[in-house]
Amino acid sequence: MINTLFRFLNLTFITLCILVVLSFALAYFFPGDTWLNLFGAEFIQDQPTLMLVAEQTNVLMAFWYYIQALLEGEWGVSFATGNALYPEIMRLLPATLELSLYAITIALVLGIPLGFIAGMQYHKKIDNIFMSSSMVMYSFPVFWLALLLILIVSLQAQWLPMSGRLSLLFDIPHRTGFILLDIWLSDVPYKQAALYDALQHLILPTLSVSFIAFAVFLRTTRRSVADVLQTEYIKCAQTRGLPSSTIFFRHVLRNALLPVLPLLALQISTLMTNVMIVETIFSWPGIGDWLIQAIYERDFPAIRAGMLLVAMVVVVMTLSLECLSQMIDPTRDRFAYARH
Amino acid sequence: MIRFHKLFTPVIFLPILWLSGCGPSHDIQQQHLSDSIAPDGVIYCSEGNPSYLNPQLDTSSTTSDVSSHQIYSRLLDFDEQTGRIQPALASSWLVSSDGLTYTFQLRRNVEFHQTEYFQPTRSFNADDVLFSFDRWINPSHPYHEVNGGSYPYFDSLNLAEKIQSIKRINGYRIEISLFERDSSFLANLATDFAVILSAEYADMLAVDNRQSQIDFYPIGTGPFKFDAYQKNQFIRFLPHLGYWRGVPQSAQLIYDITPSSAIRFAKLVTGECDTIAYPSQAEIDVMRATPNIVVEEEPGLNVGFWAFNTSKPPFDQPIVRRALAMAIDKNSILDAIYFNSASRARSLIPPSSWAYNSSIKEVSYNPIKAKELLNQANIPAGFKMTLWAMPVVRAYNPNAKRMAQLIKNYLAAVDVDVTVVTYDWHAFRDKLSQGEHDSVLIGWSADNGDPDNFYRPLLSCEAIPSGTNRAMWCNTEFNALINAAIRIPDVDLRASLYAKANNIIAHDIPLVPIAHANRYQVKAHSIKGLSINPYGSIRFENVVKAPKVQQIDNQDGRP
Repeated sequence: MINTLFRFLNLTFITLCILVVLSFALAYFFPGDTWLNLFGAEFIQDQPTLMLVAEQTNVLMAFWYYIQALLEGEWGVSFATGNALYPEIMRLLPATLELSLYAITIALVLGIPLGFIAGMQYHKKIDNIFMSSSMVMYSFPVFWLALLLILIVSLQAQWLPMSGRLSLLFDIPHRTGFILLDIWLSDVPYKQAALYDALQHLILPTLSVSFIAFAVFLRTTRRSVADVLQTEYIKCAQTRGLPSSTIFFRHVLRNALLPVLPLLALQISTLMTNVMIVETIFSWPGIGDWLIQAIYERDFPAIRAGMLLVAMVVVVMTLSLECLSQMIDPTRDRFAYARH
Repeated sequence: MIRFHKLFTPVIFLPILWLSGCGPSHDIQQQHLSDSIAPDGVIYCSEGNPSYLNPQLDTSSTTSDVSSHQIYSRLLDFDEQTGRIQPALASSWLVSSDGLTYTFQLRRNVEFHQTEYFQPTRSFNADDVLFSFDRWINPSHPYHEVNGGSYPYFDSLNLAEKIQSIKRINGYRIEISLFERDSSFLANLATDFAVILSAEYADMLAVDNRQSQIDFYPIGTGPFKFDAYQKNQFIRFLPHLGYWRGVPQSAQLIYDITPSSAIRFAKLVTGECDTIAYPSQAEIDVMRATPNIVVEEEPGLNVGFWAFNTSKPPFDQPIVRRALAMAIDKNSILDAIYFNSASRARSLIPPSSWAYNSSIKEVSYNPIKAKELLNQANIPAGFKMTLWAMPVVRAYNPNAKRMAQLIKNYLAAVDVDVTVVTYDWHAFRDKLSQGEHDSVLIGWSADNGDPDNFYRPLLSCEAIPSGTNRAMWCNTEFNALINAAIRIPDVDLRASLYAKANNIIAHDIPLVPIAHANRYQVKAHSIKGLSINPYGSIRFENVVKAPKVQQIDNQDGRP
């Protein structure tokens, strides 16, 4: 286990280093003045470490100061707004994380149990219904689904709002950046109404993001359950006359869930991509919407910082889930096998 | 085979039950009613981010829509219905008999905004007027260079050079003297751009060396005070409780920044906006058919026209211009380009202006007569000319390229061969100023209600070098008339001079006026008190949102 952890930390560190090098190189690749691309302004008074980067004659030294500046939260300023990037990104990131978190929760909470049903009913009617409908869901382009939901639920039926996280009439002070939490912590007189409004705003974006992830979880769980049911130890347990609940909880559940965790890790990057698309469509004020805006405006410092952060989030999440799943399921550890 | 059905029902449905359990509807119904009542306010879906929160610095309507009539007041205002000038921060004014000195009596007890970043200790007085004017008039003023130092509206009119002095007579009276008579001067003071800032606030910022904040954290005497602005997202205003015309009815005013016109319309449908900026003309009919949405339209103060380059032969001959004007059918062009959203232009100024005269003679569609006139002028069959079509969409011409194609077809019928030319907007205007065109489709939107704002920039001799006279037309008689008209304060006398000027244009045809496009306002049914302001940007001070009638059992309905 320590081996696994060590290898994981090593891998994360190296990947992050490569990311930082790439982000530094981006300043050279973008058209225009390198330092201006990196800083966003000629001179930034409250970011002294970042300013040191330009004074270096040696690229390696410049890179060294760049890393220091990154660690100190001096990420430069945006071309478009002139605002410091680090606080701006940190203000937006919770909105994206919130949306991803709810979407993945819904996908897991619905996808895995339904996957179990399908797996238990392998090649029967329910299974076929689940399989065909999940195939349809899996094939849905997320932007089209989002637009369709807006068209039907918001514009035709007028049940739910189509943009933003909260009606602008509610003035909720920014604390954690997680809207539900912020409303909960605030002491505004209209707390319940705000909470209700925020939930209404959440429904459509969350549904759009969780749609594909749900289908993936359902299909993998079903496959895994079906595989487990085919194994000798289940047949053995059945012939021994164990009650079906014991078989299910002791033997099927655990073994079938093992392949789902690495799958979750694989889904992170797809999820982030979908979240960014959905954010743009629903005007959700998160990092995706902001980054796409920055690309439109050719705001190079913002593109660099935004990509660095999104990539970091994806890498760290993916690798930690990967590490977790290896620790839970040692059979996945190839090197451990080799040692025995 | 094991029967898993019984086992699975709870496994599946527990999470679903849990999910539905965290829905809010149960909680809300049990909650105290006051908790579940949403705050009140008006949401306006605007089209973009303002550059500053001060219209002195920017002529873009995005900036003035946000700031002019919400945050600030002016010395004078236009009456939205009649276009006449009415008192605002100046309660009365006096013009000397030579027309060179204007004395303004200022309103007393006008309070500035009280905000987190500034608490005023005194009410509005002459010092604020002096500060606000000196900032753009006097290049050595400490605030002149703050945030760019360019004041485009006043610069384009050369207003700073026209003003000889601004004097404080006493705390509530100021005197402005001009170098020469200018009957549009009062109108200029009533435009969106002549706003009054707080001198006390400016002094406070100067002490802290934060001068540039004055245009981003604004303080004014308008109906709403600034609360928060998040780029690409929203601007929030709160009512100014000490507003001198009476407290605005709306508990807050929010600009929801939505660049796409389709999304603005969609948000209006879902009720996320109460009113929207710049509805797309192609969607107007759909909006009319949508329940709960009101579409209002009014003729705008603009004109779209077809100008001939009168400095180039053969367009220097009035007979050629008349022939070409006769060759096109304006009514069909109106139908095809403006979709019934414009009225036929008979002269430069729209019918809503006081200087409009309905007796003006207009060239009517007559291709046979046009052919005869061309023959008289010795224009050979197959004569080639260029028609420049502007590349951008403007209210006065939503599709210049399509219009150019139509005109090309009409002119082909009289044996004139037209080449349609277009460039990107910047290059287009550059080349136009150099007179490279034979004829051009372009237009003009007025900044104030004064007719001089049409005649002088579009057709005066001085406007040829400054680049707004697209016809390159200089007629000394016409020039004398409009210069005389601006020196006369009497409206009827001015109108008679403009009528003469109109006759010269109608006779000489330096340009063919095509359409006055309508202005639209699209809003939810529940919004009352919002009217189209033809003399500038949107005003929210009288806007109220009628409370939504809700059923008793529907307390948790969306606010």
